[in-house]
Amino acid sequence: MSATVIRSTRASQTAIGIGAALCVAAATLPFWGESSWMREFVEIACYFIFAMMWNLLAGYGGMVSVGQQAFFGLGGYVMLSLGNFLGLNPFLAIPLAALVSALAALPVSRLAFRLQGGYFSIGTWVIAEVFRLSIANVSAVGGGSGTSLTALRGISRATRENTTYWVALGCVVAAIALVYLFLRSKQGLALQAIRDSEVAAESQGVGVARMKLAVYVVAAFGCGMAGALYFVSNLRISPDAAFGVNWTAFAIFIVMIGGIGRIEGPLIGAVVFWALNKFFSDYGTWYQMGLGLLAIAMTLFFREGLGGFLHRRLGFEMLPTRRILKLDAAPAPADVPAPAPSRLMPKVSL
Amino acid sequence: MTETIIQGLLLGGLYCLFSLGLSLMFGVMRLTNIAQGDLIVAGGFAAISVAPLVGGHFVMAGLVLLPVAFAVGYALQRTVLNRTLGKDPLPSLVVTFGLSIVIQNALLELYSADPRSLDAGELATGSLNLGGDIYVGTLPLLILVAALACTAGLQLLFSATSLGRAFRAVSDDREAAELMGLDSAKVYSLATALAFALIALAGLFQGLRTTVSPADGPLLLLFAFESVIIGGMGSFWGTFVGALVLGVSQQVGFKFDPGWGVWFGHLVFLAVLLVRPNGLFPKTKG
Repeated sequence: MSATVIRSTRASQTAIGIGAALCVAAATLPFWGESSWMREFVEIACYFIFAMMWNLLAGYGGMVSVGQQAFFGLGGYVMLSLGNFLGLNPFLAIPLAALVSALAALPVSRLAFRLQGGYFSIGTWVIAEVFRLSIANVSAVGGGSGTSLTALRGISRATRENTTYWVALGCVVAAIALVYLFLRSKQGLALQAIRDSEVAAESQGVGVARMKLAVYVVAAFGCGMAGALYFVSNLRISPDAAFGVNWTAFAIFIVMIGGIGRIEGPLIGAVVFWALNKFFSDYGTWYQMGLGLLAIAMTLFFREGLGGFLHRRLGFEMLPTRRILKLDAAPAPADVPAPAPSRLMPKVSL
Repeated sequence: MTETIIQGLLLGGLYCLFSLGLSLMFGVMRLTNIAQGDLIVAGGFAAISVAPLVGGHFVMAGLVLLPVAFAVGYALQRTVLNRTLGKDPLPSLVVTFGLSIVIQNALLELYSADPRSLDAGELATGSLNLGGDIYVGTLPLLILVAALACTAGLQLLFSATSLGRAFRAVSDDREAAELMGLDSAKVYSLATALAFALIALAGLFQGLRTTVSPADGPLLLLFAFESVIIGGMGSFWGTFVGALVLGVSQQVGFKFDPGWGVWFGHLVFLAVLLVRPNGLFPKTKG
């Protein structure tokens, strides 16, 4: 009896094709759209990338961090310092800032990884607070009241806005590709095995500690990129804005709405968040309370999220990362793999 | 310097009350209550609202508030938090995080962003001479004594009562405890009820000693958490000492520069985490 491993379906390939076409169409926005649309996109792009990284950590790595804003803020401040003090083009500084955030994650992980579960979450929050208070004491970047990004001063407003938009679009595509390819790689398979059972994965020779570190570093890279991008667009930075815990609050909301532990989750969640923000953000405290209650309700009653619901209903994933073993002898549907983990077609986790 | 250390120890008494509830809930059911700080603040505001209704004295407010907090804790655990428990810490973290956001914004809506405080009467100005020219405030001393009493009480409850035995049993092995006839859902609810009563007491004292404002919660959570980790998980006396260490660290930092107090406390916490990851007084399992 021969067997093949299914890694994508015609439906998922079509979905990726449509996604690519949408990206190309979106890239032409500066020629026909309004600049307020571009600003909105850049803002939601930052939320999305941050949420994507939180999903990678919590949904795949089992690390529920409440302190990823440490890397978001660090990315922003590194970008600003490279631009203002070294005269580097801020757009070019974005990937460098992301890299610095990833490097900073190495020593930070030494501390954070000493705590597990819920105490890991609050520990990462303390670390983010240490970042915030430390930078608030650096007078070169304006201390507690913050400073402005002056490096973009010579550039015309239209050029700046268009470039920011394109860079944001590029960052979104890069973030999706980074997570998608990471999860489809051998390391990604190991990570999903850890998610399903840490003990079983370890017994199969998966280096659990090394994998967790890798995920933590990748997530710090993504969060740093989001932070650098956000403050290129915002032009003004302060410790409270850069290291605020509300970044994590919104990320949790986006991921829980869209569905944790699946790549489509943050995408769907970010769209929902954008729509809610547009219609209800004027309600201030009531809106925030609503978001909190919705996150609680989703966790208690609808943990699969919208992404999981769609997957169950439509029977395909846009960006599949699972490997499904298809035994030729068994009667199997031609195109659609079993939606839920099926007994007939077990997931291969080796 | 003696002055600074004494002030730090007194501050630590307050932090101990912040952290006992967190330590209790984590110890019994591995539930990390991210809303801990916001609940303390809510307790403070509740005391401020209740005090005028019961004659204005904070002791009366406390007598009304503590049983209410106990009941709220029991109900919350029974109806919501019990559904989030399990091997995966994510559901309980997301739910208590959501709760924290809801409480913060509800307080903002009810009381506005201004800091408020509870009138302590003559306690606020009274002081005690410790010999020489060192004086300590009566109220901070009372808080430290209350912290000491609560820590001793909890330790006694855990080691010498049937409820404490039930707490330890469900903490060690929930399934075995259930086989022995314990209703774990009820035991968890009693633990949270007790934690909420401690939280209300902490809120009351916070409102008396300084001020409460809706945005304070997260910082109080971090202080509570740092006390638990510095002292070493699983022992209430450890938490007590951890809170004192944190209080003294913050006062020492504060002495160097008013902006450094909290920051220096965080650094001491990280240093302990690096050097003694199991805390200063680790409890051996079993």
